Amino acid sequence: VTCIESIDRMDAALDGALPEEIRSGFHDHLGECPACRNYFEQLGLTVRALGRLAARPEANPGRAALLELFRRGRRNDPD
Amino acid sequence: VRDPLDETGDDQVERLRAGDEPAFSALVDELHGPLLRLARTFTRSQALAEDIVQETWIGVIRGIDRFEGRSSLRTWIFGILIRRARTLAARDARRRVGEAAASPPGLEWEPGAGKRGLWSRRPIPWGLDDPASVVEGEEALAIVAAAFENLPESQRQVVQLRDVEGLSATEVCNILGLSETNQRVLLHRGRAAVRNALDRAFREGERLRALGLAIGSAVLGLGGVG
Repeated sequence: VTCIESIDRMDAALDGALPEEIRSGFHDHLGECPACRNYFEQLGLTVRALGRLAARPEANPGRAALLELFRRGRRNDPD
Repeated sequence: VRDPLDETGDDQVERLRAGDEPAFSALVDELHGPLLRLARTFTRSQALAEDIVQETWIGVIRGIDRFEGRSSLRTWIFGILIRRARTLAARDARRRVGEAAASPPGLEWEPGAGKRGLWSRRPIPWGLDDPASVVEGEEALAIVAAAFENLPESQRQVVQLRDVEGLSATEVCNILGLSETNQRVLLHRGRAAVRNALDRAFREGERLRALGLAIGSAVLGLGGVG
């Protein structure tokens, strides 16, 4: 496994979607290549940090109007 | 493709069709953030992004009777947003620019590039005692948010749906109309660009700490002369 091949597999590995038959080759490469090991760890931290962006609250000023639209829309539904 | 995580989908659709307001408001509250973040990938205008989301919900209200359940409810709603956004944002002069900009600096990557080339810049450890705790800190979050917002539109959409909202690769391909390979390349490039931003920040932090240490020992050294 080369570095480029190992990078190819990192996203699948992070998603836990690495096919069984290449998993051990991938982890063997990480074991012997500090650059790939660092990169893989850093990509993992990056993905975790990105996940935290979902926790940022977003105001919804149009919420009440939307619920009103739903009420009217479903009541007057011509179907 | 049915979403295994969305087992209540059928019930939810039935309740929406029956005009069940709590079901609708729960759905709005669940998806407002993800939809607004997705809308923002099309425009710099917060007002336009809010309009896109509002129009998406109007599309849901009008179209729920015609929803056939071939995808999950969530995938269907995201798909409505993408179609509205492409129409609305195309008309808007404030549309994001930069899609044509070069790919992010640093690592260039093509799927299956095989044995061609090694690292142009070898990743080194970030020099953190507890990397996880730093990534969870506010400073790192601000760096990540800024890098994410600067991604080219298509990378940003894939990274948002996959890593921020946690959708599956299949869902994202369906919503954005991407091939599996394209999705994979965009995801990796986006992740790599955000990782590079953290890398720059942490390397800089290391350099400053090292500098501080050097100055500190110089001062101590001077002090020791007397």
